Amino acid sequence: MAIWLTENSKIIVQGMTGGEGTKHAKRMLASGARVVGGVNARKAGTTHLDLPVFGTVKEAMEATRADVSVVFVPPAFTKDAVKEAIDAEIPLCVVITEGVPVHDSTEFWAYAVEKGNKTRIIGPNCPGIASPGASNAGIIPADITPQGRIGLVSKSGTLTYQLMYELRDFGFSTAVGIGGDPVIGTTHIDALQAFQDDPGTDAVVMIGEIGGDAEERAAAYIEQHVTKPVVAYVAGFTAPEGKTMGHAGAIVSGSAGTAQAKKEALEKVGVRVGKTPSETARLMREIMQAR
Amino acid sequence: MDLFEHQAKELFADYGIPVPRGIVAHTVEEARAAAEQLTGRVVVKAQVKTGGRGKAGGVKVADDAADAVEKATAILGMDIKGHTVHKVLVEEASAIAEEYYFSFLLDRANRTFLAICSAAGGMDIEEVAHSTPEKVAKVPVSAIKGIDRATAREIAVAGGLPEKSLDGAAELIEKLWCCFVDEDATLVEVNPMILSADGQVKALDGKVTLDDNAEFRQKDHEKFADKAAEDPLEAKAKEKDLNYVKLDGNVGIIGNGAGLVMSTLDVVAYAGEAFAGKPSPANFLDIGGGASAEVMASGLEIILSDPAVKSIFVNVFGGITACDAVANGIVAAFKLLEERGEAVTHPLVVRLDGNNAALGRQILHDAKLKGVELVDTMDDAAKRAAQLAAVGA
Repeated sequence: MAIWLTENSKIIVQGMTGGEGTKHAKRMLASGARVVGGVNARKAGTTHLDLPVFGTVKEAMEATRADVSVVFVPPAFTKDAVKEAIDAEIPLCVVITEGVPVHDSTEFWAYAVEKGNKTRIIGPNCPGIASPGASNAGIIPADITPQGRIGLVSKSGTLTYQLMYELRDFGFSTAVGIGGDPVIGTTHIDALQAFQDDPGTDAVVMIGEIGGDAEERAAAYIEQHVTKPVVAYVAGFTAPEGKTMGHAGAIVSGSAGTAQAKKEALEKVGVRVGKTPSETARLMREIMQAR
Repeated sequence: MDLFEHQAKELFADYGIPVPRGIVAHTVEEARAAAEQLTGRVVVKAQVKTGGRGKAGGVKVADDAADAVEKATAILGMDIKGHTVHKVLVEEASAIAEEYYFSFLLDRANRTFLAICSAAGGMDIEEVAHSTPEKVAKVPVSAIKGIDRATAREIAVAGGLPEKSLDGAAELIEKLWCCFVDEDATLVEVNPMILSADGQVKALDGKVTLDDNAEFRQKDHEKFADKAAEDPLEAKAKEKDLNYVKLDGNVGIIGNGAGLVMSTLDVVAYAGEAFAGKPSPANFLDIGGGASAEVMASGLEIILSDPAVKSIFVNVFGGITACDAVANGIVAAFKLLEERGEAVTHPLVVRLDGNNAALGRQILHDAKLKGVELVDTMDDAAKRAAQLAAVGA
């Protein structure tokens, strides 16, 4: 079992004909994911990677019954691409594109809400979602870990891979990279809720980083609603104030948003927080071995 | 990117928002000339990108040009929360009847924009928000609907502004919204927004943060960049499109992915506590998923040009780019640097994990690069890099 993405998921790629879109559509196909087509208004009717290219998300869905879209279009066009996916009411839209202006992501989020939240948005600026052994929508390497019963939700891409790798002997049900931007579609809380409800997930690794208060809010949610064990890691303990460290959201200004504040909030509700990625993996290992 | 007050006000003026007349001065002489050009009393304001200038003595009223010289002499070169004052804004003093607070910002938690308005503006707004939150109106603003004159007026009313200020405030707020949206700002703050003695609502101060992600459609924002304050290494890295941040320590760090590199900084800082002089990270450098030889060479070059660096830690998780490609990148980078006459002379600890890690390690092992050590885990590699920095210190 998995959350949001299963072996039956049919994936279309918005921006499949571009460089990144081509590269990762190929990788998704090689991993066994059911990529069924692409979208590019200017290349509608052609084929790419032996797959049909459609003019719109709506047409692609009608022709292929796709239920997942992965977005690789450049930042300047991401807002329109996501709004198109929302209009087509595709159940899941995974936005990989990095560097989307925050006014654009705030606008497409408002648009999704206005349209009744029929489309789950993951990202932007995220590695996507992978259900090992079942499907892969995005750029998470498919061969790090086999299927298993750990769920993972993370703001960071490479830290996701690192933890998946360290715990590969247990395997993962689903790993969700939610992205580190200030405004994102799917949050830690959404993923925690889904993992709590997923019979195929026994425990959850949550990876956060400095900036914002998403981890603090996740802690409050865990206290109320999550009975499965959660182990967390927060990056950025030693980051100096006022410096941006790559992810647009990872900036510390003032006391709120620090790694220490996040760690304390999580530990207060019984979540064990690793000091390093390896220690985090060890904490999860203990939990899985005790089952 | 955060703007200086004078830049924020130039931007406000472009949108028709009333601001006092002012001139930027970098020297005491320029401050005198500015004061002579302006009318009446002036305010000399330190231009630094931090709050609390007033309380630190960085804002002073001057009666005439001679007084402005005296005030500028005191303020220029002053240190405010670690920021040296290199320029002042000399501005015509406003006769203030009332002080309000207004801002538009991004509300990350609710994924929407927020307008904050209060009749209790000025230096103590944070204290007001803390002790009497009911005096501070927080109104969500839809990114789709935006703000028109009527909603602007409603926000001013919610903030408790008096009737006599509502028309002026609504006009200012509406214009400020245009500025916020059109300039791709994530914060525009006016504190204080004043009602002047002659009944005009004006922006007496301005704080603006612009979204770096929007650079591609905001070409003219480049003019706001504070080249003088940029760390020379950071500037050099930026030219090479590297995501580099200078820090205070002596262990050079290269990694792939912002989260992993941030985590590497932490792990190195922890490991350093056990060694003499407590070695810590000298920088943040994310070479991204690609990690080509060219990028690796540029990264090593930047780190080697930092005189504080005693050892280097390359921490890569092979995901999309497999570890053998990364190892080949390191080998090629060494060769490239040698050809440029900048051979790597510092010990370099490499940790490769993930996709094709064994192959990558083999490549590095066979290349027998001088000073390169392979360590299997991130924790052990961090320890070794810290130890080498302590020895080299």
